[in-house]
Amino acid sequence: MTPAGLEISGGETVLFWVVAPLMVLAALGLLFVRRAVHAAMCLVFVMISMAILYIAQEAPFLGVVQVVVYTGAVMMLFLFVLMLVGVDASDSLTETIRGQRWIGLLVGLGLALVLGGVVGRAAFPPGAGLAGGDPAGVANPQALARVLFGDYVLAMEAVGVLLVTAAVGALVLTHRRRLTPKQNQRTVAEARVKALTEGVSLTPLPSPGVYATSNAMDTPALGPDGEQIPQSVSRVLRIRGQERPAPHAGVALVDADAPTGAAAPRRGEEDV
Amino acid sequence: MEITNYVVLAAVLFAIGATTVLLRRNAIVVFMGVELMLNATNLAFVTFARLHGDLTGQVLAFFVMVVAAAEVVVGLAIIVTIFRTRRSASVDDVNLLKG
Repeated sequence: MTPAGLEISGGETVLFWVVAPLMVLAALGLLFVRRAVHAAMCLVFVMISMAILYIAQEAPFLGVVQVVVYTGAVMMLFLFVLMLVGVDASDSLTETIRGQRWIGLLVGLGLALVLGGVVGRAAFPPGAGLAGGDPAGVANPQALARVLFGDYVLAMEAVGVLLVTAAVGALVLTHRRRLTPKQNQRTVAEARVKALTEGVSLTPLPSPGVYATSNAMDTPALGPDGEQIPQSVSRVLRIRGQERPAPHAGVALVDADAPTGAAAPRRGEEDV
Repeated sequence: MEITNYVVLAAVLFAIGATTVLLRRNAIVVFMGVELMLNATNLAFVTFARLHGDLTGQVLAFFVMVVAAAEVVVGLAIIVTIFRTRRSASVDDVNLLKG
């Protein structure tokens, strides 16, 4: 092994200075982005950039494995779980432990400083480069296979056992035992009829009202007695308080004097 | 360019991952922080393998990847199970062991 066998080309320098800042930015996105899906996308970007850096660093096999395993399998698993849990599950910003955010930021910054300081102060040997390290100058995947199945055969077997255990463990963990009998159409219908006494209606809910001024779905319908039917407005709108009151039966629906264009906003102001 | 630039990059990414684990509440995002830390160590492994001209670093990075894959499978299964019973993926809501 000859020292000074490692020379970093100008192309690699450019690649590093293009990819590394983008990676750090995407990683910071993991920290600051609100939605979990966007965080997952940031992480995918970091991992693909990491694969590029591996290939630049004479590790083409690891670069390919990085793309296949991390972005292909692991991140897709993350996305599947996000879909199960609900894509809109964004973080709450309330602190349950007081000052946790600042303490966490401080600890992170301190860790970065300590690690950077260690790297800055350590004395590194002159770079050897992998071309000098390979005995016969064989290509990376073959040399890697020799080490993997030569010196590390036992670890390889153990990893196989670990993977099987993990797969079985995930199956067992996510398996759901059915505790109640299966619902079919007849049982659903019988349950609804039984719930009639509790105010559940058998028929579909009434549709929202259609008036001269508005046919949007936030206006409740009027019953035959002139009263508003709150169930006719979507439950989501009712919970958010975005329901618009229906015009009363006795009141004129449209002002004759007002221009029609200004009618709707003016009504909105009154409601607020 | 020095080859230590790669090590510095790995250190920065590791610190960002650790901060993510400390700050975020969503269990899935916390998990992504763990993945980022594992990736950063892999980058350091590959860099040192090149620095020393020894393929053992790359082999170790490969093992880290495999173990990380197994860890993700089990961890996400746990998150899904917790979400099923508690209807929440926030790490703050799981306080059953609190006295």
